[in-house]
Formats: sequence, C-alpha cells, structure tokens
Amino acid sequence: MTIVYEKSRGLTDVPFHYCPGCTHGVIHKLVAESLVELGVLGDAIGVAPVGCSVLAYNYFNCDMQEAAHGRAPAVATGIKRVHPDKVVFSYQGDGDLASIGTAEIVHAAHRGEKITTIFVNNAIYGMTGGQMAPTTLVGQKTTTSPFGRDEALSGKPIRIAEMLATIDGAKFVERVSVDTPANIRKAKKAIKRAFECQLKGEGFAIVEVLSSCPTNWGLTPPKALDWLRDNMIPYYPLGNFRDFEEGK
Amino acid sequence: MSKVLMKGNEAVGAAAIKAGCKYFFGYPITPSSEIPEYMSKALPEAGGVFLQAESEVAAINMVYGAGGAGARCMTASSSPGISLKQEGITYAAGAEIPCVIVNMMRGGPGLGSIQPSQADYFQSTRGGGNGDYRTLCYAPASVQEIVDYVMLAFDKADYYRNPVLIAADGMIGQVMEAVEFKEPAPIDLPAKDWATTGTGEKRKPNVVNSLYLQADALQVHNKNLEKKYKLMEENEVLYEAFGLEDAEVVVVAYGTTSRIVKSAVKKAQEKGIKVGMIRPITIWPFPYEIFKKIGNNAKGILTVEMSAGQMIDDVKIGTEGRIPVYFNGTQGGVVPTPQNILEDIEKIAGGIR
Repeated sequence: MTIVYEKSRGLTDVPFHYCPGCTHGVIHKLVAESLVELGVLGDAIGVAPVGCSVLAYNYFNCDMQEAAHGRAPAVATGIKRVHPDKVVFSYQGDGDLASIGTAEIVHAAHRGEKITTIFVNNAIYGMTGGQMAPTTLVGQKTTTSPFGRDEALSGKPIRIAEMLATIDGAKFVERVSVDTPANIRKAKKAIKRAFECQLKGEGFAIVEVLSSCPTNWGLTPPKALDWLRDNMIPYYPLGNFRDFEEGK
Repeated sequence: MSKVLMKGNEAVGAAAIKAGCKYFFGYPITPSSEIPEYMSKALPEAGGVFLQAESEVAAINMVYGAGGAGARCMTASSSPGISLKQEGITYAAGAEIPCVIVNMMRGGPGLGSIQPSQADYFQSTRGGGNGDYRTLCYAPASVQEIVDYVMLAFDKADYYRNPVLIAADGMIGQVMEAVEFKEPAPIDLPAKDWATTGTGEKRKPNVVNSLYLQADALQVHNKNLEKKYKLMEENEVLYEAFGLEDAEVVVVAYGTTSRIVKSAVKKAQEKGIKVGMIRPITIWPFPYEIFKKIGNNAKGILTVEMSAGQMIDDVKIGTEGRIPVYFNGTQGGVVPTPQNILEDIEKIAGGIR
C-alpha cells in the first residue's frame, strides 16, 4: 500500500477547536504544508493572535509565541531581530490585524520586516460572538451592527492588501480565498511564495485569505462559501498586488 | 577600573550593554530620550540591535518577542509611555519573559509635566497592568546606582524569568555623576530551554504564552507565579537605613528625594535632633521588616515623596500602627527643599498636637 495523503507533520496531533465549516483548519494546513515543503519547519517560529485562532500555538508543530491583541507583528519583529536566520510568521485575524493592530502591521511592513503574515479575513469578530469587524461589509448584520453595517456610522470596510501594497517595504502582497479547491491551491501557492520572500531576505510578505464564518454569519458551511464568493470577493478582489520579482 | 562622568540616561544604556543586553526597542519621550539616543549608537557597536518602534506599545511587544526568543533585551520610557507599556508588561509577567524596563518618572496624571516625579509608585509596585503579578523594582538614587542596579536587573530577570523595573526619575536621568562599572557577582542562571529558537525538528515545540482557558489551570499557573514572588520578597529586598534604634524622627524616602532628605537629616542632627532614615532601594519588594527596628523613642515617621502620597501606604503597613506617620509631598514635577523637610522633622521632634 502507498500513502496517497497524510496530515502534514507541520501540524501537531491536537484536535482543532474550530467550528464546523470554518476555514481556519484549511489555512492552518496550507501554512504547515508550506513550512514542511520548504524544509523550514524546524526553523519556524510562529506568533498567534487574539481571536478565533488564539490557540494556533497548540496546532503548529513549531515554536510559537502568543501575542497580545494586534501586536503579533511587533512580537514577530522582536523574534526576527534576535533570530534573523529563522523563519518567523504571524497568523492573525481581521479584528486583530485590521483593527486593533493596524499600527503594528503597517510599521512592520514599512520597516520591510522580514516576516511572513497570514491574514485571515472573515469579515466578522468570531471569537467574541459575531461583532462587526473593520472588514464587515456595508449592510452586513452582526451583533454590533444589528441593522446592517451603516456606512454613515462606521465607514466602509478596510482593504488591507491594497493598503499594504502601497508600502515599499512590503515585497509580497496577495489576496486569496479558500472557497473552492482551485482557490485553495492558489492560496497554497501564495503562502509558499510569501515564505520564499522571507527566505530570500526580500522584506515583508503578507497573504490575505478570505475565509468563512458559518457560525456567526448564520449560514450552513456550503452557503457560507457561496456568501463569501458572492459578497466578499467582489469587494475584496483576489490577486497579487506586489511580488518581489518584477513581472510576476 | 577608573571612574567616568556620565549622564543618568546614558548610564542606563552603558550598564545594559555591559550586562549583555543585545536588543533595545524604544520610543522617544522626555526626560528619558537620551536612553534610545545612546543605544542607537552604542548597541550596534556592541553587536546588538537598536530599533525605534512605532509606539511604546509596539516597543514592549518587541521586547516580549525578543525576550521570548531568549535574548537579553530592554525598553525604557517615562511615565505616560510606561502606561502604554503596561499591556506588554503584564503579558511578559504572565508568560514569564525576562526583560528590563526603565521608567524615568515625570509628573502626571495624563501628559503631566516633564519634570521629575515619583507618582508612578503605585503603578511600579502593584503590578501596573491587569491581573495578579509583581515585578521586582529597583529605585536608584544616583547614577552609580543606575549602573549597579541596571546590571543586576538583567541577572534577576533571567533568574526569576520575570520583568524587572527600574523606577528612577527625570532628575537622576538628567544629572551627570562619576560612575564605575563593577562586575556584578556571578550568579547561576537557569538555561533558557523554554525560549522560541526553532525546534530544529529535534524537540517538542516551545510555546511562550499567558493564556490558560481553564480556570483551574490558570489558578495553578498563578499560584506558581505567587511562589516566585514570595521568593523575591524573601531574597531581594534592598534598603539603606541608619539611626533607627534611638531616633526621635525617622524619615523614609527613595530615589532623588532621599538625597534631599539626607541633607535635611544632617541639618536636623546638627540641631541635636535624633533622626534616623530608611531608604528603600527595592520599592517592590518593600523593606517592611526594617520598620521593626525603629525604637520606642520615635515620635513619628516622616514620609517624603514627589507624589500625593503613595509609598506612605507601604510605610504604614511596615509601621503596623505603632508610630504616627506624617507626609511631606510635592507634586507635578516640584522638587522638595531640604529646608522644607527640616521644618517637618523639627515639628515632629517637638511633638505635633
């Protein structure tokens, strides 16, 4: 018998706590596989956020630090400056990165910090029970926007990938989605390349991953993926915004 | 080794480098800006990294990362900046990350003033951030003590796996004095086998973390921290004291204030008043025990602080109601005069009614 598929050794055996249909599990897998395939799992040091993926430090089979809310890029900076030869990454949600941690992510990018950030955007605060995020779409109902996000009150959702792509120190910026197998394959490619950006010493790299939250969106897992496709992708276009090689 | 003339803030940097600090993350603020300025030049020369962070919040979280990665690292600031760092300090205490944080205190609350103050005593000695935690806190009274205690702070931080604070004030940060760099007594330090250095796929992952979702588990963790704090209380108390046994008046002061108090004490002694003094060098743990040495002739204890009265709470705990405790305080950056303190000593010696 030959093994045709197995769980990546980049993940531990701790069972995920994620809700059914949540795409964090898929994204964890892509990160873990990328580290293994690049041969850097033993050199990897990850930084977990505050939010749904707060327990990521239990799941990645590498050294991990748990950061304060939004501060993962600063924590990762401290680690990378001490261990410039290691592969340092932060894994952050949209409340963490796009709201309370905007200063840290902007300046990590601005310094050209040689770290890789996996930014999971599901347009909502999941862990705290479905409140409005900076990425919540206009009209989207959440527990703190019960009548739908009102642009006059809260403004429009923030586009992180586009914003960071304006910063010179950000050498790799791509937005991907994990709503279909084809998109998952593209997401894997982008995540791998974001680590390659760090390995080549080019500068800051970020992959924004559009993700679903069936629990707090109040949808079944398949319907949640449909909602992502129909509502998020039109506002958050997929694609590469910056690559460290010209013409890529 | 010969003495060199140094400004307090520069001495912080020089002592840190001498103690093996390789990483400094900071943000400028008066009256402590000479610390990052000094480090920006001296640390790269010493083979380390200086990084000016985008904020105090980022700076302390960089310290969290670097300390968690096993390095000797520090940050420094002044009062409003230290308030911003409290988030990172409580996380570092919870995750047991060794690091050194220097506070050149200035007047508060809010943006306050840029003159020297001791109004961050509560913040320095009661945790400062959320949760049950303590940080060893040295209060140097001279540039020489800055050198000595900054160097010691790195050893203690590593020994206890805990953040260590230096609480000085704008005056000591700005003054120039002759200092000598003495080798601290060698100390057996535990290996940092908990640090995030990469597993090399040869060991289980190390996790630096302060989250314990199960209440029982957090209680166990907190009780372990408590044991550590108890050890600090037993072993790390430092103070200077004199003349307690037959004193009519005992004056308690730390840092800059203690130097002014010493001038007043000398004048009072010249006038024939028996005056003793207690100068806490660690403000946490506080030298409560020494208050038991105060004799029965004492008519009162005078606490002198550049605050509205914060250390006075500890003085009262140490005194256990045995002797009346009086207060002499200046605020907002106002520094007391020896004359003003002498008057209070005389009043207490003469019997306050």
